[in-house]
Amino acid sequence: MRLVEPFLELMTGMMTTLKMLVTEKPVTVQYPEEKKAVKPRYRGRHYLTRYENGLEKCIGCALCAAACPADAIFVEASENTDEKRFSPGDRYASTYEINMLRCIYCGFCEDACPTEAIVLGDNYELSFTDRRQAVYTKEMLILPVPQGGAPTPQVTEPGKFTRSVPEMKDPVD
Amino acid sequence: MAKLINLTINGVAVTVPDGTLVVDAAKKAGIDIPVFCYHPKMEPVGMCRQCLVEIGRPAIDRATGQPALNDDGTPKLQFMPKLETACTNPVSEGMVVLTATEKAKAGQKELLELLLTSHPLDCPICDKGGECPLQNLTVEYGSSQSRFIFDEKQRADKHVHLGELINLDRERCIQCARCIRFQRDVAGDPVLGFYQRGRLTDIVTYSDPGFDSVFSGNTTDICPVGALTTADFRFGARSWELKQSASLCAQCPVGCNVTFNTRREAKSGGVMAIKRVMPRQNEQVNETWICDKGRFAGYHYTEAESRLGLDAASMESALSQAADKLAAAKSDAVFLAGGRLSNEDFYNLKQLAAKLGAKAYLYSPMAGGEYTTAYGLGAGSNLGDLGKDDTVLVVASDLYNEAPVWHLRLKAAAKRGATLIVAAGRATKLDEFASFVVRYAYGDEVETVKGLAGKEKIGDAIKNAANLVVFYGSDGLGLAGTSALAAACADLLNGKTGKVNNGLVGVWNAPNTQGAYELGLAPAADLKSELKGKTVYVIAADPAGDDPALADALKSAKAVIAQDILATATTQMAAVVLPAAAYTEREGTYTTAERRVQRFYLAVPAKAGTRADFAIFAELGKKLGVELEGRSALLVMNKIAAEEKAFAGISYARLAEVTAQWPIVGRGDLYYGGTGYENKLGLGVHLALALTPAPSTSGRGGQMRPKENELVAVPVSKIYDLGVTMAPAKLLGQRIGAAAVGLNPVTAAKLNVENGGKVQVQVNGVTAEAIARFDESISTGVVLIYRSFGIPISEPTSVKIVVAEKA
Ligand code: SF4
Ligand code: SF4
Ligand code: SF4
Ligand code: SF4
Ligand code: FES
Repeated sequence: MRLVEPFLELMTGMMTTLKMLVTEKPVTVQYPEEKKAVKPRYRGRHYLTRYENGLEKCIGCALCAAACPADAIFVEASENTDEKRFSPGDRYASTYEINMLRCIYCGFCEDACPTEAIVLGDNYELSFTDRRQAVYTKEMLILPVPQGGAPTPQVTEPGKFTRSVPEMKDPVD
Repeated sequence: MAKLINLTINGVAVTVPDGTLVVDAAKKAGIDIPVFCYHPKMEPVGMCRQCLVEIGRPAIDRATGQPALNDDGTPKLQFMPKLETACTNPVSEGMVVLTATEKAKAGQKELLELLLTSHPLDCPICDKGGECPLQNLTVEYGSSQSRFIFDEKQRADKHVHLGELINLDRERCIQCARCIRFQRDVAGDPVLGFYQRGRLTDIVTYSDPGFDSVFSGNTTDICPVGALTTADFRFGARSWELKQSASLCAQCPVGCNVTFNTRREAKSGGVMAIKRVMPRQNEQVNETWICDKGRFAGYHYTEAESRLGLDAASMESALSQAADKLAAAKSDAVFLAGGRLSNEDFYNLKQLAAKLGAKAYLYSPMAGGEYTTAYGLGAGSNLGDLGKDDTVLVVASDLYNEAPVWHLRLKAAAKRGATLIVAAGRATKLDEFASFVVRYAYGDEVETVKGLAGKEKIGDAIKNAANLVVFYGSDGLGLAGTSALAAACADLLNGKTGKVNNGLVGVWNAPNTQGAYELGLAPAADLKSELKGKTVYVIAADPAGDDPALADALKSAKAVIAQDILATATTQMAAVVLPAAAYTEREGTYTTAERRVQRFYLAVPAKAGTRADFAIFAELGKKLGVELEGRSALLVMNKIAAEEKAFAGISYARLAEVTAQWPIVGRGDLYYGGTGYENKLGLGVHLALALTPAPSTSGRGGQMRPKENELVAVPVSKIYDLGVTMAPAKLLGQRIGAAAVGLNPVTAAKLNVENGGKVQVQVNGVTAEAIARFDESISTGVVLIYRSFGIPISEPTSVKIVVAEKA
């Protein structure tokens, strides 16, 4: 019976294969024609967000840069005035750059941000033909002005946007 | 030496001099007691209560008057029922201090919770963030939750401009009064104060313009929160992103040790840029302070648009042209160098000139260096050591304007008991702190100094002084006057030369004038005639811009070669221009007027197309067949040390040595001395006194006093002027102001001039507009003209003043 047993085992295996072939749908995704949805907490390419009125959330505090383990972020701040306001409060990021080749997509920057300005999105399609292209500037990172908002810099009413960090609730997903 | 006291702190036995405060004793033992209002340079006030600790003192048996003992024979300790402040309690024998018990910790923690009730928690955008003791303490002790109601947080003004240099955020202020006390007690400029009471307490400035003090920037260093910040640095970078480079301030002869904070920046085109100037501790020079000129004018001129630069090929051809001109001229060349050059530059320059047989002159409005090199401060001197039985004489100098940190140091010396004598032709800020004020008519400087020893009390103070330091300046004097004055001052020091804490100090107008004198350079008595028909090589000086007469003299020269960092009137008329690197872009040493050689280090890379001055001289030397060291400043210093007697034994390694200093500045710790930097790269070395026989000190006068119905203009200095190293500091524009002349109201009345009115000044062949300012303290017939305001004035001279047409 030493010959029958291996044969049976082989047949069982082949049957499983056969069964899968007919019953299961293929899992291969035809990327790039077809794209897979990412999980809600997926960490992809960042973007800088805005408030509803169009003001930038980023206040140029560089805490993201300080938190970044890969030293991928560079921030340089300048002062807001009511005649030329980019963000609430005194300070805004006049230069904001992320080097996507250095970034390890850990999301520490998002955690460190006091205003929820930097958010990691779901875009994982980053490819470059030149190292310099990997440096994303503020213009590339910032979201477009939402409907009803005005582009920055704005002229604002004095005394209205005095605080950089709004009172916030704990974030949910 | 004070009595020594033994005590234990957290079980560690500590021995400190009597009178030491518990906080300081603990710091010496390496134990940090958290503080806010206490600052080691100021008297304690016990305002913030952050330094709460448990203190036990040996109990005394009332019956016997002897220390009470426990059953086991150890001394019985008496603890107060409540915690005590470590900053107000001096140590006592047998004291036991507990800083980390649960009770003490709870006290410190609760205090912090109270302070944070109204703190805005602006840390993300606060310029103090990262170097803030409130942050550090919160991390150390604070709880993440507060028991206080958020909605009751105090809301206050976040943009108060205490003048255009310093911003106040009222919400962040914790009312520790450090700023107020600094201005009142350390600077002697009480322009800040508290207003209102309780939670409404507010910092206000009483002066106009706001925060009118040349020491204002220091309050931003010692403010333990981000309530006071400078307009200069505002949002420049986060403190942890900054690199540190040890350097010196080059704005005056004090030679304050500073740290340049640098960062690579997009705004400056991706290069390293200096972001701010911070004091670097040197207890013998500037302690932990710098003045606003150093902080806000500081390095800005090195970034001015008028910086010179040449590409490699043009530089090479400029060097060849300069070398050709010098080779053709040989001994017909004249070198003229300003006091902004380093010791290394002066040395190479001197060698080059000597080989050519050319004359080398120092370009300086003030003379007398032959006396300061022979009678200067002895090695080991420290103005901070002057006190009881010592005498300091200040003649013809307004230190508050000319060398601010000395003003502060002499004020402190007077407070310690030194006799401070101020002799000047007008009222100066130092008068207030002086034991004796001598007022003379301009022109009588030398006579006055000669007469001092004969005066009753002043004479005794000078003759019987344990130590005598004499500062002389150029208030109202030119070259001849300062030279005579230096001689007269040196005379007072006869017999005291070469001793520690004794000597003559020149209040120069440049960082390294003393170094130039030590290396044998001196100003020409009659510069104009020296230049005629010569090949003039001007380095780090702008004679053409200072005085049209000198511009004419340069025109009559055969050729002009100019070497500078900025474009000036002189470089514009020069046939060859050699662009030099600024001192922030290279290494080198300066000699302060106190005769201390100090090192400055490279802070930012050299601007493209420039070279260090000593290297340019070496390059020219190569073309002229003179071998000079041009590879590094260090190697030049080795040569100086080998060949110049005064510099013997000095090397870059020795200049970089540090010894422990007190107080401990401690940036990151909880015993907070301010954001100034610790000195890790050198305290400097005192020069030996020149061994050449001292020049004669007698028989020199030369005064110019106004005759009846005649006006005499005299040069005086103001801290902020329009000189090449000041004007590019945009922030100071308002404080610099317009050209002004000072007049006695009596003189002004004769001329129908009003205070603040516009006048036309005709002096030295120039007619210029200026604002008239009354000063009752000056003699009649004298017109004070401020240097570097566009009105040429180098010596006392006659002047005409007419009221300007009202527009
Ligand atoms: S995701 Fe992580 S590595 Fe990438 S920029 Fe943010 S902090 Fe840096
Ligand atoms: S993204 Fe957030 S953390 Fe980064 S600089 Fe802007 S506000 Fe600060
Ligand atoms: S401004 Fe700063 S130094 Fe002055 S009282 Fe307030 S916290 Fe203290
Ligand atoms: S006192 Fe003189 S050396 Fe010191 S910071 Fe002021 S200008 Fe600079
Ligand atoms: S009370 Fe001691 S530091 Fe303020």
